[in-house]
Amino acid sequence: MKVLMKGNEAISEAAIQAGCTAFFGYPITPQNEIPEYMSAKMEKAGGVFIQAESEVGAINMVYGAAAAGVRTMTTSSSPGIALKQEGISYLCGANLPCVIANVARCGPGLGGILPGQSDYFQATRGGGNGDYYTPVYAPATVQEAWDMVFESFDIADKYRTPVQILLDGMLGQMMEPVEMKVHPRLNIDKPWATNGNADKRPRNTITSLSLFGEVLEAMNLQRFKVYEEIEKNETAVENTVKEGDTVAIVAYGAPSRIVRNAIDELRAEGINAALIRPITLWPYPYDTFQDLPKSVKHILVAELSMGQMVEDVRLGVNGKYPVHFYGRTGGVVFEPGEIANKVREIMGKPAKPLASGQKQMTDSNLKGGI
Amino acid sequence: MTRMVFSGFGGQGVLVLGEIVATIAMHKGKEVTWMPSYGPEMRGGTANCSVIVADTAIGSPIVQSDIDILCAMNGASVDKFLPRVKPGGLVLVNSTIVTQKVDRDDVEVLEINATDIAGQVGNLRVANMVMLAGFLKKTDLFTLDDITTVLKQRFAGARSQDLIPLNIRAIEIGMGE
Repeated sequence: MKVLMKGNEAISEAAIQAGCTAFFGYPITPQNEIPEYMSAKMEKAGGVFIQAESEVGAINMVYGAAAAGVRTMTTSSSPGIALKQEGISYLCGANLPCVIANVARCGPGLGGILPGQSDYFQATRGGGNGDYYTPVYAPATVQEAWDMVFESFDIADKYRTPVQILLDGMLGQMMEPVEMKVHPRLNIDKPWATNGNADKRPRNTITSLSLFGEVLEAMNLQRFKVYEEIEKNETAVENTVKEGDTVAIVAYGAPSRIVRNAIDELRAEGINAALIRPITLWPYPYDTFQDLPKSVKHILVAELSMGQMVEDVRLGVNGKYPVHFYGRTGGVVFEPGEIANKVREIMGKPAKPLASGQKQMTDSNLKGGI
Repeated sequence: MTRMVFSGFGGQGVLVLGEIVATIAMHKGKEVTWMPSYGPEMRGGTANCSVIVADTAIGSPIVQSDIDILCAMNGASVDKFLPRVKPGGLVLVNSTIVTQKVDRDDVEVLEINATDIAGQVGNLRVANMVMLAGFLKKTDLFTLDDITTVLKQRFAGARSQDLIPLNIRAIEIGMGE
């Protein structure tokens, strides 16, 4: 039986079902339902919930719990995730598994509480100091958010890395039916954990510090070998482009749903547009852009930012197609008609009036993003 | 596909009303989305939610245009959303609060004295539920039994059991109007 749930609630319950026993959070809109849910349910599930004194406190509690070998999570929204970057860098440096969900809002700074996708660079390019990546999952439906939580905990344990789930306020706040399927979890030994051993084994130390150049370099090289494995095994994309399609629109997360409406509208008037939806943002599905059907002439990137993912699409496209961009920021969400109009412009067709009364962005508005 | 907007003052229960309609549709095997306007809103401010019910996967959950059913609990909601209702669409109006004329002749308008009826049954907070009478009268989306089933789930805690008959009585009075 399906249950109607908010994205935030789905992430919370899925985490408990996936065996997360330590949640540390701090309030911020639009992710407040997660700590609220955890405060009500985590203790009953036999786990620990702490409302930390700050985001920095929460991420360092995650560090401690992960070091002790338990499944642990923190969540926040954009400015709060910015505060956690030091901790995320340390978690990566210490090879500690955990899950971090970012229910993103618009920025920069405190920005606003409405949806945004302008944390793409922060999520996919490290974000803190040092050489590191974290796998980044981008759900587009509440069901997918539910399922990805299970996958994220498994991936975190399997590769000993923090995993980020990047959604936006829209998906966090919206409700959809969820099949609350409890996926079997990866059970993996954590012989490295600092969980007390009564002197039965050599002492484990968890640290990101190493003062010897060659030792630290060897650790970094090893970490990048793991990244290579993650890139090889875990890259995920939904590619709906078929022979005969002329425009591929690249979008991720909840905004990709709006693009689907635009695609329906365009196809009804004979413009063959189709969606490429990256499911993992790191590792990024670069190869997809080298294997597109011959009929494809244009790529359009649509995101709620000034064009951050455009960089990855360009890397994938590698000069093969012209890459166009359409975006809104500040919490303004593009309507399907805006995306459709951008494609019409690319195809040399006249624009149509927008149903919502929103103003169409022009290339000169978005200059710098493309 | 049915595209709906539930709108009113914060505190009138428009978000819960939309959630109940979405839940009923989900139980009937439909695809549904419920999307609140979650800006900085408060009691006495404005609140609205978009609900889409469909047979196939739903793209954007935001209903800003092409509204099939508008459920307007206050005057500001009529001003904002009436121009966005599809020709032939349905507009349910809480006529206790909405004083202006619903000025379109290409949509069906049903006035429901929702806040008054809620007062009659002794709890102003059920005004939102009275609006469901409009759905029962003018659409085939669900029945009174469907509503009862969902209310029983919602008020599963023993303390609030008496709210179920209260809600149902309010809806029945709304239907009799």
